Amino acid sequence: MTGASRGIGAAIARALGRDGWPVGVNYRRDKDAAERVVAEIEQKGGRAVALAGDVADPGAPDQLFEALESHFSAPVLVLVNNAGIARDDLTPSLGDEEWSAVLDTDLTGAFRFTRRALKPMLRARAGRIVNISSVVGLRANPGQANYAAAKAGLIALTKTAAIEVARRGVTVNAVAPGVIDTAMTEEVATDLLAMVPARRAGTPEEVAACVRFLVSEEASYVTGAVLSVDGGLAA
Amino acid sequence: MPAVTTEQVEARVVETLASFGPDADEITRESTFEELDIDSLDLVELAQVVEDEYGVVLKGEDMKELKTVGDAVDMIVSRAE
Repeated sequence: MTGASRGIGAAIARALGRDGWPVGVNYRRDKDAAERVVAEIEQKGGRAVALAGDVADPGAPDQLFEALESHFSAPVLVLVNNAGIARDDLTPSLGDEEWSAVLDTDLTGAFRFTRRALKPMLRARAGRIVNISSVVGLRANPGQANYAAAKAGLIALTKTAAIEVARRGVTVNAVAPGVIDTAMTEEVATDLLAMVPARRAGTPEEVAACVRFLVSEEASYVTGAVLSVDGGLAA
Repeated sequence: MPAVTTEQVEARVVETLASFGPDADEITRESTFEELDIDSLDLVELAQVVEDEYGVVLKGEDMKELKTVGDAVDMIVSRAE
């Protein structure tokens, strides 16, 4: 579970922990927050471990998978690519650095983790990958060309990987949250919020519920899908 | 890395291919992947086993050129040396 110390990621980690999954709680900077998530999972009888690592670092997938496999003495058969950053600006003034930083983390990082995760999954003939995309990968939002390109790319990656590995019992799906009440969306979401048919922001727990389903045995025939959880915003 | 023998590699390749469906008995050096019904994803998995065990990296380009089990064994042995 990448980017699991805060917001949507933390809610997903807690939900999967409650379902009995041993959880690797990856974080980049906020160790205390990641350890709080681990403590909450353990208090409810689950198992979890905090793992430091920047998903934009090419060495991160091997490093984190090895740490996780040795901690739980089991292959990793569920991956949730949630880590993401935003560096918003209008396209005419969007800098190369802001473009690359967002693509590196939100898209390239997810690709490298997916590639690494598929190894044990293909061998096990089982596995679940869930990529956390965004409503802006489906409908435009000004100021987010980099974020939108990354999140739309994540959907294309999801669909392609899904059809490649479907015959091995591995599913790859995306969840596309809309305006969700987290620190990350505080600044950008006001304009979008006014357009939400449900007339409210969603909660991280509502996103987590979708991920719980997609990683479950019940979702075994769902692959290459994009599950919108956005109060109707992309409809 | 210690050199490996053709026999060792062949045994490992046959074992791996057999795990994808065909009976080990029907896999010979002359068998083509096509007649064994070994698809591109199977070959990717075979490449991973080979990389883990022999440190030989086989890319998609390399795999495309392989037609028979013997081709694969020979390529692995030559690169492991």
